[in-house]
Amino acid sequence: MENIYLTIVLAPLVGAVIAGFFGGSIGRSWSHWVTSTGVGISTLLSLYVLKGFMFDNAEVFNGSVYTWMVSDGINMEVGFLVDQLTAVMISVVTFVSFCIHIYTIGYMADDEHNWPKTSLAGRNSYQRFFSYISLFTFSMLMLVMSNNFLQLFFGWEAVGLVSYLLIGFWSVRPTAIFANLKAFIVNRVGDFGFILGIAAIAMYTNSLDYAEVFAKAPGLADTQIQIWGDSSWSLMSVIGILLFIGAMGKSAQVPLHVWLPDSMEGPTPISALIHAATMVTAGVFMVARMSPLYEFSETALSFVLVIGATTAFFTGLIGIVQNDIKRVVAYSTLSQLGYMMVALGASAYAAGIFHLMTHAFFKALLFLAAGSVIIGMHHDQDIRNMGGVRKYMPITYWTSLLGSLALIGFPFFSGFFSKDAIIEAVHHSTIAGSTYAYWLVLAGVFVTALYSFRMFFLVFHGEGPRDEHAKEHIHESPKVVTVPLILLAIPSVFIGYLTIDPILFGDWFKDVLYVLPEHDTLAAVQAIVHSGNGMLAHTYASPAFYLAMAGLGLAFYIYMLNPALAEKIKSTLSPLHTLLDKKYWFDEAYQAVFAAGSRGLGKFLWLAGDRGLIDGLAVNGSAYSVGWLASVVRHLQSGYLYHYAIAMILGLLLLLTWFVFL
Amino acid sequence: MVLASGDREANATKWTALIIAILTFIVSLPLWFAFDSSTSSMQFVERVPWIPSFDVEYYMGIDGISMPLIILTTFITPLVVIAGWEVIKYRPSQYMAAFLIMEGVMVGVFSALDAMLFYVFWEAMLIPMFLIIGIWGGANRVYATIKFFLYTFLGSVFMLVALIYMYFQSGSFDILGYHTLKLDLTEQILIFIAFLLAFAVKVPMWPVHTWLPDAHVEAPTGGSVVLAAIMLKIGGYGFLRFSLPITPDASHTLDWLIIGMSLIAVVYIGFVALIQQDMKKLIAYSSIAHMGFVTLGFFIVFIISQNNAGSGAALGVQGGMVQMVSHGFISAALFLCVGVLYDRLHSREIKDYGGVVNTMPVFGAFMVFFAMANAGLPGTSGFVGEFMVILASFRADFWYAFLAATTLIIGAAYTLWMVKRVVFGDVTNEGVAALEDMNQREYIVLGTLAAAVLLLGLWPAPLVEVMDASVNNLLQHIAVSKL
Repeated sequence: MENIYLTIVLAPLVGAVIAGFFGGSIGRSWSHWVTSTGVGISTLLSLYVLKGFMFDNAEVFNGSVYTWMVSDGINMEVGFLVDQLTAVMISVVTFVSFCIHIYTIGYMADDEHNWPKTSLAGRNSYQRFFSYISLFTFSMLMLVMSNNFLQLFFGWEAVGLVSYLLIGFWSVRPTAIFANLKAFIVNRVGDFGFILGIAAIAMYTNSLDYAEVFAKAPGLADTQIQIWGDSSWSLMSVIGILLFIGAMGKSAQVPLHVWLPDSMEGPTPISALIHAATMVTAGVFMVARMSPLYEFSETALSFVLVIGATTAFFTGLIGIVQNDIKRVVAYSTLSQLGYMMVALGASAYAAGIFHLMTHAFFKALLFLAAGSVIIGMHHDQDIRNMGGVRKYMPITYWTSLLGSLALIGFPFFSGFFSKDAIIEAVHHSTIAGSTYAYWLVLAGVFVTALYSFRMFFLVFHGEGPRDEHAKEHIHESPKVVTVPLILLAIPSVFIGYLTIDPILFGDWFKDVLYVLPEHDTLAAVQAIVHSGNGMLAHTYASPAFYLAMAGLGLAFYIYMLNPALAEKIKSTLSPLHTLLDKKYWFDEAYQAVFAAGSRGLGKFLWLAGDRGLIDGLAVNGSAYSVGWLASVVRHLQSGYLYHYAIAMILGLLLLLTWFVFL
Repeated sequence: MVLASGDREANATKWTALIIAILTFIVSLPLWFAFDSSTSSMQFVERVPWIPSFDVEYYMGIDGISMPLIILTTFITPLVVIAGWEVIKYRPSQYMAAFLIMEGVMVGVFSALDAMLFYVFWEAMLIPMFLIIGIWGGANRVYATIKFFLYTFLGSVFMLVALIYMYFQSGSFDILGYHTLKLDLTEQILIFIAFLLAFAVKVPMWPVHTWLPDAHVEAPTGGSVVLAAIMLKIGGYGFLRFSLPITPDASHTLDWLIIGMSLIAVVYIGFVALIQQDMKKLIAYSSIAHMGFVTLGFFIVFIISQNNAGSGAALGVQGGMVQMVSHGFISAALFLCVGVLYDRLHSREIKDYGGVVNTMPVFGAFMVFFAMANAGLPGTSGFVGEFMVILASFRADFWYAFLAATTLIIGAAYTLWMVKRVVFGDVTNEGVAALEDMNQREYIVLGTLAAAVLLLGLWPAPLVEVMDASVNNLLQHIAVSKL
């Protein structure tokens, strides 16, 4: 089995290396063939692994590949842990990645137009793009298959690197290279907490291996540590919160969410793959993987819950006022990531992973559909210029509709099961903050439906496109674009219904996700609805369903029946609109405080400290004082004999006085 | 040989220099492969009397602490020779000769076990570097050389006094003998401070670091590379070979001072680096911040030993050592990257560049790679040492780790902001538009360093293994009080 796991990881890496280093000489089609084949192999093998767990009672694999380093008794290894959670993750990652490789062949086909003619960097950009997305797949697989914290951190940062490279892919655009720097640094703020969390684990367990750490966790549940003065903290809370700060960076939770909307500067395929379906869910995966630690700290769980709920609701609101098609989807991603975090905070880890999975499919679908519309509109991304696209792009239209229904949680669609499970689980949670979270995620359902269908109606229905030139040229995208849409639409509709029973109410995650009995909110949900069919039958009793319908209805009324109303609402609620349009002024505040603040501090330390005190006063000051002393003493060396003679006589007299009188 | 042949046959002398440098590297490889990593005692020992009337001996030997640094020296030198191949037009033979002399002297510093011999090498090191900056340097080179010379010389004079004092106490110049020499706390503190002055200037630690940015800015590329990659390490090496084992109690008493200076280096210097306009200055400040991890790793051992009954201290020392080797690769590579640009446009100012990747895509890839390594990306060598030191410093105190870990943010910010302004963006001026991508010579040099950075990042185990016995021996030694 070990060879299979190695192949899953290495096949995309090999593709990335070939396309990256030899892309120029092997040409475009070989580059996309070699990378797609690599990821294709991984996809098939991942599904094979998944099948093993589903039908053949496969054994959990936990083994090391090689020893990275041994220092001070801590064994740092590179190794794999393949269990049910890993199997789900690698299947989702490789499948979505494979769809996106194919889609990219169409989307990036004429990428040279995005570069200045003279730019040599634009010459092999197509090959380079394939190399990057394969490299991303490798990094993500390393992250989810890891059996230790070191490799987790490696994958964690490696996906950050690829994200950096891809957001700034069109490096001649000032906005793109601003966005990628911002993304990297904000992620580093998260990693700052993450690495401290790992350091705390290493200190108290003397190990970085999951199995060993988890085994020691119950014994450390009551450990208290002092951080500031005499106030003592539960060790588990400290570890949980520090690790979660990492997750807040990677999974773009408030207040570290600011990088994700800007990341839309990258090409659409990676917005779908990295900034929607996979990388940003790494934080969710990580917390679920660490459930044996989080379970021992209600403080940390509450923290996760409150941050998640805040993100889910307040970023969703921003989505309502955005006009860039990709940014609407981006805010929707933020909001859905918040839902996943809420699930984790309520100890419904399985529901979090379940929503991660369904969301990966329908959000990748929505992004790719948005990309397809963007191709049709000749890279105009403003939804106010669109409209009527339905007539020209039927496949894109229908798949978008399916994706949107899944997103708002329309009954039977995959999002229905995963989102309702989360809401119900929070409802049963009793930890601090759960009431706050419950009302926010519930209200979030209405918001989700509103922004989703606002965009849907504006893009696909009504009159348009506004621009006559665009209207003449718009047509359905080629097969390499539409086939991935269809491939993703299938699981977007069915995967929830098909897998809810084993994942949420069965024993799929029984040995993987650790839940203390008093936190087991999913069991409480199960007691009421029993199964996926039961959930469908309970639809009428769920407030979420009515809220989603209300959101959908309101969007229909405003944007289909009474288009003038939107402007009227906007002007009546203009302070609210400004607040949302400015995204609560996070960017401006960070820019003023952190960016400008660090530059100011740097300038101050340099000019006052290095230049002023150390160099000015101490170094050059002593040099000058030596010079000054020399210039004074120099006058003694006058060169006149009688000066020296008188000095000798005076000295002699002094010495004599000394000897005679003392 | 190189000097004697003069500048008339410049090509022949360059080849001679290169062949000798590569041969030296090959000759030094057995040190690694024949090294017995199970013992902490000195290996490959040579010991003959030198100046018998003063008991000075030619006494050389290496252990797991000095060996990696010697290999680093012999590895970097050929690259420096290649890097200076076409660039140095003025007196190339003397230039090459200066670097070969430099190499020999630095290897001498790392392997000397006789205090006088060490001191001779230590001071001799200044001469070629003084000439390299003074002759082949930039416009303000005279100020920089004088500052460099006085700074380092001032520090080392006190070290000489300490060494001679210990000679009178022990009757020999044997450094290993000093390790077991009984000294009371006052003596130890005075000796510690004397060493500190010498080593802190070399590392350099805040606040005696201001010579470094000036020296780097004025030095030719090769000079900067040797300075950053190897000479700074001699300060770190000094702490391990002298300060910690000879004056363990003083080191313990004053560890707060070193830790404080190290953390200031990491945070304060990080912010200073952020606003530099000159690429070389920025990398110089980044060097100071990264070397802060080295001294931090070395001096948290006492606190860890108290807190944790001894376990976890090796992580810090080994992390510091790994950081030194890694910084040798990365800072060398970054200075060479700046050199590549400087050779073409004769400017080190960030604002004179922008959009370089459009005309130099291969160079852009290297620059981003080394920048990421400098920012401590896992998988590159820059991560390994920082990770180990952060893990270790958490054992000493949460806030040490907290401050040290800020480098994740600040380091990424100053490095990548520079990359953004230099490499990315649209072509900003005609100079950049006319740039030609790297030639084969530059490709070989940066490619070799990239391979080293990647190898050490993906598999640091061998490096940690060779130093393991020596580091543990050192820790056992300093755990015993001399009082």
